[in-house]
Amino acid sequence: MSFFEVVEQYQGFDFSSFFDQVTDAAVEQSLAKEKPGPMDFLTLLSPRAAGHLESMAHKAHQLTVQYFGRTIQMFIPLYISNHCNNGCAYCGFNHKNPILRRKLTLEEIETEAKAIAAIGMQHVLFLTGEAHHVTPMDYLLEAARLLKRYFASVSVEVYPLTVEEYRQLNQAGVDGMTMFQETYNQEVYKRVHLAGKKMDYHWRLNAPERAAQGGMRVVNLGALLGLAEPRSEIFFTALHARYLETNYLDTEVALSLPRFNEAEGDFQPDYLVNDKTFVQFMTALRIFLPRAGITVSTRESAAFRDRILPLGATRYSAGSSTGVGGYTEIKVEQTPQFEITDDRSVEEVARAIVAHGYQPVFKDWDMIG
Amino acid sequence: MKDDVLILGGKSFTNRLLTGTGKFAAHAQIPKMLAASGSQMITVALRRIDATAQSENILEYIPNNVTLLPNTSGARTAEQAVRIARIAREAGCGDFIKIEVITDMKYLMPDNWETLKATEILAKEGFLVLPYVLPDLPLAKRLENAGAAAVMPLGAPIGTNRGLETRPLIEMLIENCTVPIVVDAGIGKPSQAAAAMEMGADAVLVNTAIATARDPEAMGRAFDLAVKAGRAAYLAEMAEESTLARASSPLTGFLDD
Repeated sequence: MSFFEVVEQYQGFDFSSFFDQVTDAAVEQSLAKEKPGPMDFLTLLSPRAAGHLESMAHKAHQLTVQYFGRTIQMFIPLYISNHCNNGCAYCGFNHKNPILRRKLTLEEIETEAKAIAAIGMQHVLFLTGEAHHVTPMDYLLEAARLLKRYFASVSVEVYPLTVEEYRQLNQAGVDGMTMFQETYNQEVYKRVHLAGKKMDYHWRLNAPERAAQGGMRVVNLGALLGLAEPRSEIFFTALHARYLETNYLDTEVALSLPRFNEAEGDFQPDYLVNDKTFVQFMTALRIFLPRAGITVSTRESAAFRDRILPLGATRYSAGSSTGVGGYTEIKVEQTPQFEITDDRSVEEVARAIVAHGYQPVFKDWDMIG
Repeated sequence: MKDDVLILGGKSFTNRLLTGTGKFAAHAQIPKMLAASGSQMITVALRRIDATAQSENILEYIPNNVTLLPNTSGARTAEQAVRIARIAREAGCGDFIKIEVITDMKYLMPDNWETLKATEILAKEGFLVLPYVLPDLPLAKRLENAGAAAVMPLGAPIGTNRGLETRPLIEMLIENCTVPIVVDAGIGKPSQAAAAMEMGADAVLVNTAIATARDPEAMGRAFDLAVKAGRAAYLAEMAEESTLARASSPLTGFLDD
């Protein structure tokens, strides 16, 4: 059974009437379960459960400390190309945007790698847009091999690949992949993806599974919160994670909760997720998936990131630039993929993590052939 | 109790609490915890050892009088575990190696089959091998024959704090193995560590329960006391438990009069 069949099972499921019927007693019951099921998880995502946020936070904190300790894995994104044939209504790299398009040469990637390594980061995530002819597999493989010389862990956030291509990347030293479905709602997906290969919902949906089959150690999922009704998006993201956990026991699953900033760009999202709801989502995810990593990027503000450390988060990016060549060409005016809200340096973020009683972990992997 | 030493790989230890370096809020807590617990052996994942100049090296927080037990965390195959062990030795981490091969990220169960293969290879290369396994008697005997310095069965899945869920299986290892049995993983409270020692385990390895306590130093001390109490009780040969009450004045005592 593919994950799409799981999505299909909920075709026609009336989320809002489910939420309307959730009682306080039901929330308490779901919260008390040792192994909450999908409907317990959905109960915890309900507006009613917001009234139980403190209890959810306590449980999420306890589970996170138990399984991850007081540690935060640090990583940094590295954009190597912003060429893209896709027309995603919400993205700065949309093919229609008249922005400066760049693809780093291997020499330039190396310069960026050195600059990043010099600030102490050892887990790197490299990214491209989707432009197969500009950034083909050979380019990705060369970039991976090069970066592996500078970093303990190399992950990719690139266009969806085949199992064989993921396997090749894995053999070149890549141990993790990130792929956001953006939205699990097929109608909305169609509405916001207007051009390019990304229009294919299924090809993207099954990419994390192909990555697991190709040997990736970590697969990071996410829905871009704001495109479709966010509670159901988190629900499907978690079911996706559960599906992968169950079918690929040797793969670690991690989740992101990217949300729109009100101030961002021209795109007006249909939904905004406020801080309280974000925390509800994060704690519910931790309760439903105790061992899953939770990644929080610099989309979130410094103050907010500091406060949510104990509530389930396990991976933080820091010192990030979301422009191509952003670590060495500070003076070039670049259009970023999305706006960064936490613009502190790696050292500042690390210091804040320590000040909150947590340990920033810079290295937690070695690729041994 | 004075001469009650634990021999692991030919080396004597007077303390039977092994500890770990994971999950601490700060490396600086580790030496304090070691001092308070008296632990003489600590495990560290090679993948966490970071020799670059920018960040602090965890090894600098482990005093010289504490024996380092590098582990192969992250390995998915025997081959990877073997390579990690060799790298650890080359990096100056000594001859001890805890084999940890995990192919399931959901429950983090050790893969006994791959662990046995790695043990066979590494013991031949002169490593002092401590394999982390699901308690299984035939496997433990094979590990012993392969030259393992000890066998480390789990009490419960890593990090669960559920205690000695595998008690009857570990008892079989204790009764039938000649190498030391170190209960590793799942021990969440000092009372559970004491129970493992009362049962006859030679040592316990505790990480999560100490590292994630509000005060790891004090919890290290508590575990030390519990391990000592359990060991003392074991050596004192506890009275057998019984489901029937036994009167202190026997009912048939008059027959001897």
